[in-house]
Amino acid sequence: MRNLLDKEGTKKVLASLISIIVGLCVGAIVVIIVGLTKDSIPLGGMWDGVRLIFAGIFSTGRDAQGVLTWGYNAQALGNMLFRAMPLIMTGLSVAVANKTGLFNIGAPGQYLMGTMVSLMVALAIPSSVVPAGIIWILAFLSGCLAGAVWGAIPGVLKAFLNINEVLACIMTNWLAANVVTWVFDVTNFKNVVENTKSGYIYKTTYNGVQTPKLLLDKLFPGSQVNGGILIAILVAVAMYILINKTTLGYELKACGSNRHAARYAGINDKRNIVLSMAIAGALSAGGAALYWLSGNTEFYWSTYQSLPAAGFNGIPVALLAVNNPIAVVFTGIFMAMLDIVGVQLTGYTAYNEYITDVIISVIVYLSAFSLLIRTMLNSKKGTKTNANAEPAPAPAPAAEQTEIKEGGEEA
Amino acid sequence: MTFLIQQTLLYAVPLMIVALAGVFAERSGIINLALEGIMIFGAFIGVLFVRSMQGVAVFVNAASSGKWLTLQGLELLAMLVSAIMGAVFSLLLSFASVNLKADQTIGGTALNLMAPALVLFLIRIIANQNTLQMATGDAASWFMIKKSTFGIPKSTNLGFFGETFLHKVYLATYVCILIFVVLSIVLYKTRFGLRLRSCGENPQAADSLGINVYRMRYTGTTISGALAGMGGFVYALTTTNCTANGDVAGFGFLALAVMIFGNWKPLNIAGASLLFGLFKCIAAAYTSIDINGDGVYLLAQIGISSPLYRMLPYLVTLAVLAFTSSKSRAPKAEGIPYDKGSR
Repeated sequence: MRNLLDKEGTKKVLASLISIIVGLCVGAIVVIIVGLTKDSIPLGGMWDGVRLIFAGIFSTGRDAQGVLTWGYNAQALGNMLFRAMPLIMTGLSVAVANKTGLFNIGAPGQYLMGTMVSLMVALAIPSSVVPAGIIWILAFLSGCLAGAVWGAIPGVLKAFLNINEVLACIMTNWLAANVVTWVFDVTNFKNVVENTKSGYIYKTTYNGVQTPKLLLDKLFPGSQVNGGILIAILVAVAMYILINKTTLGYELKACGSNRHAARYAGINDKRNIVLSMAIAGALSAGGAALYWLSGNTEFYWSTYQSLPAAGFNGIPVALLAVNNPIAVVFTGIFMAMLDIVGVQLTGYTAYNEYITDVIISVIVYLSAFSLLIRTMLNSKKGTKTNANAEPAPAPAPAAEQTEIKEGGEEA
Repeated sequence: MTFLIQQTLLYAVPLMIVALAGVFAERSGIINLALEGIMIFGAFIGVLFVRSMQGVAVFVNAASSGKWLTLQGLELLAMLVSAIMGAVFSLLLSFASVNLKADQTIGGTALNLMAPALVLFLIRIIANQNTLQMATGDAASWFMIKKSTFGIPKSTNLGFFGETFLHKVYLATYVCILIFVVLSIVLYKTRFGLRLRSCGENPQAADSLGINVYRMRYTGTTISGALAGMGGFVYALTTTNCTANGDVAGFGFLALAVMIFGNWKPLNIAGASLLFGLFKCIAAAYTSIDINGDGVYLLAQIGISSPLYRMLPYLVTLAVLAFTSSKSRAPKAEGIPYDKGSR
């Protein structure tokens, strides 16, 4: 029995790895097709693009002859960890909601609310009166709280009015984008000191608030990494314990497996749905708080026309990790690596960063089947031999399909 | 009033046609969450087609000599092309959800992520910026039907009806309404429509009567993709001046809300999309809406700030869903992959 469980875990990892490899290959194929159809991109540039897709994190730029150089790039690795920080948190958010059978596509909205509240708290309390460390903690916690409240809205709508949580989340996303724009429009956090920068909010360092580096800047010199990544990993461990080792976690999972059966067993399903969405909201918002309290980026406040990508990318992070909080840490770092690859592609080739989004979408597309494979493995019907034969070949035709489609779009 | 009706129609018609796209998919049993993505893709294909056709001599001459019939033909052709490519794109969803029995919500989300990524990637390479525009001129000068199109002098008053429905309008709007009516009849008054709907209600029973459920679901989703792709281009043509930028402002999702609000029934959907169109129109242009034509811009003078107006469509959606969700009746078998073995 024990052995079988192990095997199942390996299957999950394998399915995710296959998704990743196929996704990267599709990205490379798109790069090649575009390179072949576009005269302005030479063969060498195409080859550079392909190599960067697979190993961009180890790229150290171009040398004097214009040849790509490779090696240990501390800055890129540090930035990868920095970008992984919000992705891990939003990934956890989507994963926790998924455990309760809810598809939290509202992470971008919760992320925005977390951004707004944590920035406001961090900037509003004067650091001359209150120590910066305390302000940081207050800002982080109030950001999480705001996200929890915002996340609970679709939860309440789902639990009590039976509104599809996907639609409710999408609506609250756009509401959040407008609320944030509105609030920052009427309040006084706009950066008016540096007049070259219009439309931005002060960095939190303006008030002396900043996530401590915890020596990570020594490890990755020149990068933006800070202690936030450690907090994100701690939160992931906490979520693992919550889901797998506590009564609450068991109740959440029970509601996810079968809401009606859970109610029959005496579990308050409505409360758990709201709670699950609130936790998910707090996690997304916490990701935003970690990102903005780092103090090295500025927030563009007039955001009503766009939603943060960090929110949406929580979905592939969670799917790829098969909703396992510990695995989310690794998939979050992987997604952040793709992000860095996108920057490298934009910087060193004629391609641009959107190719990484194509890769991510292919991975999500494939993970729709790996979920299916998982259910096939879990179902204890007489089809066991059949199910075991299925996983490896299943994603392959899908990949071909995707590639053909993309080839067609080029024409 | 004329302005209000015209603007409302501009927003309502894409919503209506895309909501109908959702109906065709869901009535056949597939949740098409990818409407937004397919719209984005369709908008890109349509604009790209127009852009490349602007180099063809026939259309260049037509534009310079004012042969409006040729230009309207180009518009229809672009709608057709975006519909075809939308249908092709939606095959990704049908393949995943019919053949591989994958989770339809995740499949749809994947398409929603893929479309803007792919479109922006290509736009950046084609145009070196994040927006794809027409090669020359704009939507108004090429495709809009105006008084001058028919050679009527600007000063002539065509009456309320003429001013509203014949001046400064797009042919695409009326074509969409026509398609909407025709397809609604197909869905309710033909054998094909009945069979399609049966696959969304009870695929096992449908299968036992000799209907190929897989093929019906493919058909439903493909029609859905075609309509959504076309709707995307119509949206881009009429509201964003024939440009594509990997974004349709959440219209695909709004269309889903319209579909649920309209209870998966075409007539209700038409009404719902007019309501949503009105709110979208108020949100976009409240400063220039002169309701009764007395030169007073009432909505701008109430003093409500613009974010609130922009939030209205979403707030109304949530409120409406809250009131209607208990009565709403989704197709029974939607979202459940059909497995022959479980019959």
